Amino acid sequence: METRYIKAINEALAEEMARDESVFVVGEDVGGAGGAFSATRDLLARFGARRVRDTPISEAAIVGIATGAAIRGLRPVAEIMFADFLALSMDQIVNQLAKVRYMFGGMYAMPVVIRAPCGGGLNAGPQHSQCVEAWFAGVPGLKVVMPATPHDVKGLLKSAIRDDNPVLFLENKALYALKGDVPEGEYLVPIGKAEVKRAGKDVTVVATSRMVHQSLEAAQGLAGEGIDVEILDLRTITPLDKESIFRSVEKTSRLVVAHEAVKAFGIGAEIVAAVCEELPGRLRAPPCRVGAPFVPVPFAQERQYLPDAAGVVRAVKSVMAA
Amino acid sequence: MTDAREQQLAILHSMVRIRRVEERLSELFSQGKVPGFIHVSIGQEAIAAGVCSCLGPEDSVLTTHRGHGHALAKGIGLKRFMAEIYGRRDGFCKGKSGSMHIADKGVGVVGANGIVGGGLPISLGTALASQYRGEKTVTVCFFGDGASNQGTFHESLNIAALWSLPLVFCCENNGWAQFTPQARYMKVESVAERAEGYGIPGVTVDGNDVVRVREAALEAVARARRGDGPTLLECKVRRWLGHYVGDAQKYRPPEDVKGAKALDPIRAYADQLSAAGAIGPDGLADIELRVKAEIDEAVRFAGESPPAGPEELFTDVYA
Repeated sequence: METRYIKAINEALAEEMARDESVFVVGEDVGGAGGAFSATRDLLARFGARRVRDTPISEAAIVGIATGAAIRGLRPVAEIMFADFLALSMDQIVNQLAKVRYMFGGMYAMPVVIRAPCGGGLNAGPQHSQCVEAWFAGVPGLKVVMPATPHDVKGLLKSAIRDDNPVLFLENKALYALKGDVPEGEYLVPIGKAEVKRAGKDVTVVATSRMVHQSLEAAQGLAGEGIDVEILDLRTITPLDKESIFRSVEKTSRLVVAHEAVKAFGIGAEIVAAVCEELPGRLRAPPCRVGAPFVPVPFAQERQYLPDAAGVVRAVKSVMAA
Repeated sequence: MTDAREQQLAILHSMVRIRRVEERLSELFSQGKVPGFIHVSIGQEAIAAGVCSCLGPEDSVLTTHRGHGHALAKGIGLKRFMAEIYGRRDGFCKGKSGSMHIADKGVGVVGANGIVGGGLPISLGTALASQYRGEKTVTVCFFGDGASNQGTFHESLNIAALWSLPLVFCCENNGWAQFTPQARYMKVESVAERAEGYGIPGVTVDGNDVVRVREAALEAVARARRGDGPTLLECKVRRWLGHYVGDAQKYRPPEDVKGAKALDPIRAYADQLSAAGAIGPDGLADIELRVKAEIDEAVRFAGESPPAGPEELFTDVYA
């Protein structure tokens, strides 16, 4: 059934809350207002104030609440209104939540999901538009998930809620209105497994989130020019599905990585390094990363700034030409 | 012996035990037996013993880098506690936490935190769980005067008040935030004054007087248990030693150090019990002997426990 990405999130939350009484939602405006982006619409009416908790504007406390509740066996789903605001809860995410299990010798499982909308395209400016996965991908103990489609966002959110580990669930806000096919009935999408969204033989494009769609658009045009692009939707950033990446690169011998986040020090760097280290000599051409320029996300100049299909086309052509 | 009398002796025992454990740890640390840093709570025993005497095993306690006393008073086993501080496999955390992250889920010691103010938001969650499940259990969050300036303190008091969480915020005010004295980091005289700003009761007691501490804690815990919300309980003490073991305290006026040791909370309580006939002339010596025996055994246990194996480096990153 055709479902919007944001509705798919709402469905996942409702289904998991109905399934497991220990799941609850906490964040700003999640209750009465149904969420700043309507992700939690109707949950308060259906499940009550005990399980859908509005907080003051206190991001560190929101994550702390989730951490403490998980320590005591509950399964919190915290919402941070914009991924940029995760910066306000860095200590609680990185020094507390991510490390509790390890530091205390496995005494606790930490089944926490932190959901946050990331990404630009709404002219929201530098403090409301960042893609932040690289900030967290290098933190042992966290999982970072970035679904690109309504099908995947629902299945992955359900998996994240059932996962006994802290999951940072980054939804791209430019995708909230995107419609896609979502099956009726129960299904899950596994964390840690990438998916080939378009099979091809000439070049591997590893893409995340909104760039999956930009890459699909690029691939359509390139097909007309005789270039057959394989698009691997990572879906999960950490744990990184190297097996799928390597399987694809073994096939094509050419690599492009496309993400919306700043190119420098982005997750593309990790993917390229992994391929170079672990498949030495496999690449027929130098790899190419598509990412944003090294500037803050602009307010009115997003068209110039945001990586897009044209950028993916240029990258593919450069690795094909070499 | 009456219950009340037993309780009193238990509290005295708890205080002596904390003192002697901390002294022994300081000694062992100076001998190079303990990895990392340790921060002892010598002089602050009345707070740990007084507050924890009001709690049951189902209640939760969050503590700090200076948390040995709270963990011990809450009932953590000394042998595995010692092994943990030594970084050995038989420690509560398999040797992976050490002094600053002491934890035992079994007795409600949620875990010690190395980030000043880091435990406050977490205590909201543990208290929320009690409320969520309709339990009558409470959380006590211990923190220091320094932590009351972290943003998390303010976020946490506000939310706890708003949600009437079953929580006691227990501030051990020893007048020093690491190397800086209170007058140089806070405008107001008492941390408890800040409670009014959040709409909760703020109480200041003499942290050297275990009877006063326990009285105030009983009331705060009772409030929390019956659903009337949190209390900010400030216990004022003097910090006897440096921030960490090995800190020469060059930043501190010598009279301040001397003055700190003028009142010994253990001596004060023992004298009080003695005057009331609650403890005989050999009572304290008796406790000291039992405590020493327990510590000796724990130190031997810790010393004999093997270090965490190399494979342990990679375990428990994920569930």
